[in-house]
Amino acid sequence: MPKENAIETRSSRKVYGAGSEAVVALDDVSIAIRKGEFFTLLGPSGCGKTTLLRLIAGFETPTSGHILLNGQDITDVPPNRRPVNTVFQSYALFPHLSVRENVGFGLQMKGRPASEIGTKVERALSMVQLGAMADRKPAQLSGGQQQRVALARALAPSPEVLLLDEPLSALDLKLRKEMQSELKRLQHELGITFIFVTHDQEEALTMSDRIGVMSSGRLLQIGSPREIYNHPVNRFVADFIGETNFIPADVHDGTATIAGDIAMQVAPDSPQGRHTIAVRPEHVRILNDPAAAPMRATVTDTTYFGTDSHVRMLLQGGTEIVARYQSEAAGGDAPTTGTDVGVSFAPGSVQVLQD
Amino acid sequence: MSAREEAETRRDARNTWLLSAPALVILTLAAAGPLLIMLVYSFLTPGDYGNVVWKFSTDAWVGTILSKDIFDGTYSLADAHLTIFWRSVKLSLITTLFTFIVGFPTAWFIATRTARTRTALLFLITIPFWTNLLIRTFAINQIIRNEGILNTFLIYLGVIDTPLVIIYSDFAVFLGMTYVYLPLMVLPLFAAIDRFDMKLLEAAYDLYATRLQVLRKVVFPIVRPGIVAGSILVFIPSLGAYVTPRILGGGRNMMIGNFIELQFGQGRNWPLGAALSVLLLLIVAAALVVYIRATSRETSNG
Ligand SMILES: Nc1ncnc2c1ncn2[C@@H]1O[C@H](COP(=O)(O)OP(=O)(O)OP(=O)(O)O)[C@@H](O)[C@H]1O
Ligand SMILES: [Mg+2]
Repeated sequence: MPKENAIETRSSRKVYGAGSEAVVALDDVSIAIRKGEFFTLLGPSGCGKTTLLRLIAGFETPTSGHILLNGQDITDVPPNRRPVNTVFQSYALFPHLSVRENVGFGLQMKGRPASEIGTKVERALSMVQLGAMADRKPAQLSGGQQQRVALARALAPSPEVLLLDEPLSALDLKLRKEMQSELKRLQHELGITFIFVTHDQEEALTMSDRIGVMSSGRLLQIGSPREIYNHPVNRFVADFIGETNFIPADVHDGTATIAGDIAMQVAPDSPQGRHTIAVRPEHVRILNDPAAAPMRATVTDTTYFGTDSHVRMLLQGGTEIVARYQSEAAGGDAPTTGTDVGVSFAPGSVQVLQD
Repeated sequence: MSAREEAETRRDARNTWLLSAPALVILTLAAAGPLLIMLVYSFLTPGDYGNVVWKFSTDAWVGTILSKDIFDGTYSLADAHLTIFWRSVKLSLITTLFTFIVGFPTAWFIATRTARTRTALLFLITIPFWTNLLIRTFAINQIIRNEGILNTFLIYLGVIDTPLVIIYSDFAVFLGMTYVYLPLMVLPLFAAIDRFDMKLLEAAYDLYATRLQVLRKVVFPIVRPGIVAGSILVFIPSLGAYVTPRILGGGRNMMIGNFIELQFGQGRNWPLGAALSVLLLLIVAAALVVYIRATSRETSNG
């Protein structure tokens, strides 16, 4: 049975301003986010992530198109009547209220009885481990603590969908990692649909059930982290998510040919003709004996990263590629600059890109 | 705290006092001095041609609220005085409230414009200060008097056929004071709203607050310092207003300020004038305490 969609946008378009100053922030975005999933919107700055989130929250109305919640059209429903809450990037905590009052704000506005507010606030605070700080004002908290108050405040009224706009971007790396797993755990426990915005691809890959990659107001690809990483639809996605080697190739009937005469297997349904193929650095194998490998390359640079090294090489045919070389697994140090080596790509790792 | 830190703290405290001493001396002389003179005068006897006779008397203080019958010497409540006090307080309260009702949207509008428009608008707000208060008040007089611009215009349009009698009424005084003191409400409100984080509006709206609740639960409590400052800046000068009630209220609709002036002028009762001045100060102080207490309680209750 297919899961019902929590949020759906249908050909949603958003144009800011008018005339010559018009900015198309979202261009015909259709997306279906399933109930209870951790969905991430990923894309570079200015691609329209916040705009899409604001349409879902109700702060903006789409120029055209529709927004649906549980199959119901909510395009014209104001934010205070949508069971959707937002964790703002700047937290936007009420400075005049204590942590407890901040967290209870939503329930109070909904007109819930005091006893219910009390228990739900306590529960939300213990969920984010802030029970001890309940009587402080936001100004008396650290950035990470404020972040968690913002989270508890948005969760306390039990929304159906939680929107998070780069909630972790203001935190330092260690705190950020902690909050990532905490968010993931909370989402799992509560079963609430999370729509998470980030421009950090690693964050997106580790946390999400599915990712939507955006660029210039358009949705380029939706898929699981594995799909997006292993089968990017185009060069932009491949480049944005992780490091990738791009090599020009001729593709015919399930075979890609590079550097004139080196053929390799690709998916049979790959687009035909002159295209770019993508290979991840970890799928590039280096063999010390050039004769035993299908391709030859000359090492131009080696960078040591601890567990592995990045080996930059000039492939025959003149394309520069990078390999991730794991010294432990390979049983030796990475080849030094100037060495001639053999190169092969892991079977099934070569991806033909649409453009 | 170590002995050294303690000594340091003490030295800091001493330096603070030393550095602020000149300001404190000036403040004491300028603020407390005149007040002290008023207080002393209020306990003296009026001279025949104004001024005071150096003879202790509490007549002036009794006279602020009681009047002595000239024939049988009995005391009764001085109705005329009480009416004047009441009118002053009432008009000042209404003026404060109304400048807030008009001033808040104005300040909000200015604070949410772009930097350039905002500077221009603030500049416009201060323009009335360039002209003397007396002249501005006479200008209002010209507009609202029976043969004034407003009435002429309305009659010309055929809306009315007899002039509206606005001038020389409490309403005229209220109108004049609202006009004169409005900038004093707008400026502190603007300063407070300017610091207000507009993201909080969306946060509250997102958390199921209606627009009215956003205003009451988030905006007002946070810009409260501006509201308090604006109210004080309007209420206090309104209470002591002299020029506006004089020109727009005529002789009959006196406020405390006019009444005090009367004692120092035609009334030739300086001690009563002094006692009334001190009383006005006490009323203001009491009103401030009550007001600030009330507004801060409201906020802490959420
Ligand atoms: N209120 C607005 N008026 C005009 N243009 C706007 C407005 N808000 C956003 N834009 C424009 O719309 C586009 C998308 O903006 P948006 O804030 O959605 O990007 P984003 O993906 O969230 O970027 P970031 O990662 O930097 O937060 C940008 O080009 C931006 O300049
Ligand atoms: Mg954004």
